[in-house]
Amino acid sequence: MTTAAESARTVSRPVSRAVRMRRSPIGRFVWKLPFWILIALIFIYALFPFYWALRSAFTPEAQLFDTPIQYFPHHPTLQNFRDVLSSDFFRRALLNSTIVAGSVTLISLAVGSVAAYALGRFKFRGKSSILYLMLSMTIFPQIAILGALYTMFTGFHVVGPIDFPKLYDTEWALIFSYLIFTIPFTIWVLTGFMRALPADLEEAAYVDGATPLQVFYKVLLPLIAPGLVTTGLLAFIAAWNEYLFAVSFIQSQNHYTVPVAITSFVGKSGNAFQTPWGELMAATVVVTVPLIVATLLLQKRILAGLTAGAVKG
Amino acid sequence: MSSVATPAPAPRRRRRRRTKLQRRQTKLAWLLLLPALAIVALVAIYPLGKTVYQSFTDQQFLAGITPTKWVGLDNYSTIWHDPAWKHAVILTLKFTVITVTFEFVLGLIIALVVNSSFKGRGVMRAVMLVPWAIPTVVAAQMWKWMLDDTFGVVNDFGVRTHVLSHSQAWISNPSTSLGAVCAVDIWKTTPFVALLLLAGLQVIPKDLYEAADVDGASKLQQFWRITLPLLKPAILVTLIFRTLDALRVFDIFAVFFGNRLDTQTMAIYIQSAIVGDGNVGLGAAASVFMFLIIALFVVIYVTFMRVNEE
Repeated sequence: MTTAAESARTVSRPVSRAVRMRRSPIGRFVWKLPFWILIALIFIYALFPFYWALRSAFTPEAQLFDTPIQYFPHHPTLQNFRDVLSSDFFRRALLNSTIVAGSVTLISLAVGSVAAYALGRFKFRGKSSILYLMLSMTIFPQIAILGALYTMFTGFHVVGPIDFPKLYDTEWALIFSYLIFTIPFTIWVLTGFMRALPADLEEAAYVDGATPLQVFYKVLLPLIAPGLVTTGLLAFIAAWNEYLFAVSFIQSQNHYTVPVAITSFVGKSGNAFQTPWGELMAATVVVTVPLIVATLLLQKRILAGLTAGAVKG
Repeated sequence: MSSVATPAPAPRRRRRRRTKLQRRQTKLAWLLLLPALAIVALVAIYPLGKTVYQSFTDQQFLAGITPTKWVGLDNYSTIWHDPAWKHAVILTLKFTVITVTFEFVLGLIIALVVNSSFKGRGVMRAVMLVPWAIPTVVAAQMWKWMLDDTFGVVNDFGVRTHVLSHSQAWISNPSTSLGAVCAVDIWKTTPFVALLLLAGLQVIPKDLYEAADVDGASKLQQFWRITLPLLKPAILVTLIFRTLDALRVFDIFAVFFGNRLDTQTMAIYIQSAIVGDGNVGLGAAASVFMFLIIALFVVIYVTFMRVNEE
């Protein structure tokens, strides 16, 4: 820091030959070439696996197993997509995942925004310890409570006439257990949004005689609506992608979520020993494209949401 | 100073009024927090306590046939002496070291490249979000197909460019299987690491570099003297999150190897003990071990951060 500050005061030296070379048009091109090659490499590296899934999804099943393999399908087909989307197994999984991830997102946003209101706009003792609790929960290893949840979901006696319901092998088990990572996360991120709002908005509303709850849903909630969308999307993606709990708590096929279905995919042929790669890749494309589109649409906000915690520490 | 007596009651009254308001605020705040805290208690804290308790019992999934007994430290000593657990711990640590190192170095390079202004920077950033948005299980399936021993593109490309003399069975061959899983994780997570570091880079004031340029410092010197020291907070946070994530890896290993014994991570070991064998007590004890290992890493990182701040 100090060296940089001192150096600002020194007078610039005459331009060297290397620098002059770099500034000429040809020199600039040569100088920039490795840079663009690097950019191209990163681009290919990031996108190639997805391209390969697309290419395999559009290639007829028979040609997938031709050698030498084709890098671009000569006879693109939609057959794989048709097969996948007409299979009850996969459609059911899509529906289940939508229900689970959707409910988890809605519950987290409802509970999380109210908690964030308290944590972001109120002063009270114990606030920072709750924030720390939420932060430590976001890095909580879910596997640590797998056994306990597993026995809980098979139903147990709580107290008096109250029994914990048997949730094993139902969507409820997943909705319940996914809250463990979505709730702390939504609270943490939404508290940041709540805090960033200026105080005078609220004060004006209080002067007009609004109650704290009115302030919450009439003044603050509309203002953090963009934050709710982003946080909701991130929670949705986390729930949509979850695999450990889904594979542990769900037994019957018609309750499978998408990740479980993708890993136990048996194609139209019904042959368990021959992975139907064409259909499987069509399924991965179907599952992924909505997420990618949503992510790209909300790109800037997602980046802000994801990186806020990391930069501020 | 002379009229000390008169203004005294006013601030006291005001203070009392403020505390009353404060008390009402506090009550309302806790009320608003109640649903969240109730859920966290029920979903996380209670199960965590239950796991610790179960680790001292011989709890089976199909309890009721024989009543659950308290067995003391039996589960812990069983796991301590289990070569499979030891293997799982070592494999997980190897995976963690490899992936976190590669993701950090590659991520930093990508972040530095994307941080320089050029046409299409926005597109690049969007592209980097694609691997992140793909579900881990799906990414693992994509790579499993790419690494297929006869029809995979990796083998085909390798043989065509003469990098490989013949096709490899990347996943089933024990000497390449770890590398194969690491490749998937590195592909999926490096862009995300890069984005976190990029956010850190953008906070560094530009005039520092201008000043260094004027002073004739080389780009490399600028990197070591300006970029790296100022990026340290972002680096540490990124490393913590990545390490903790890598230590609990489950999805990729499960998709690639199922329950293959020589490729169990800690999480796979625990999951197959609990769900596969129904041996909840043993799995719970392993969970506690894993929890301690993760806690150890957190302590190391946090002390490292503190030492660096002083």
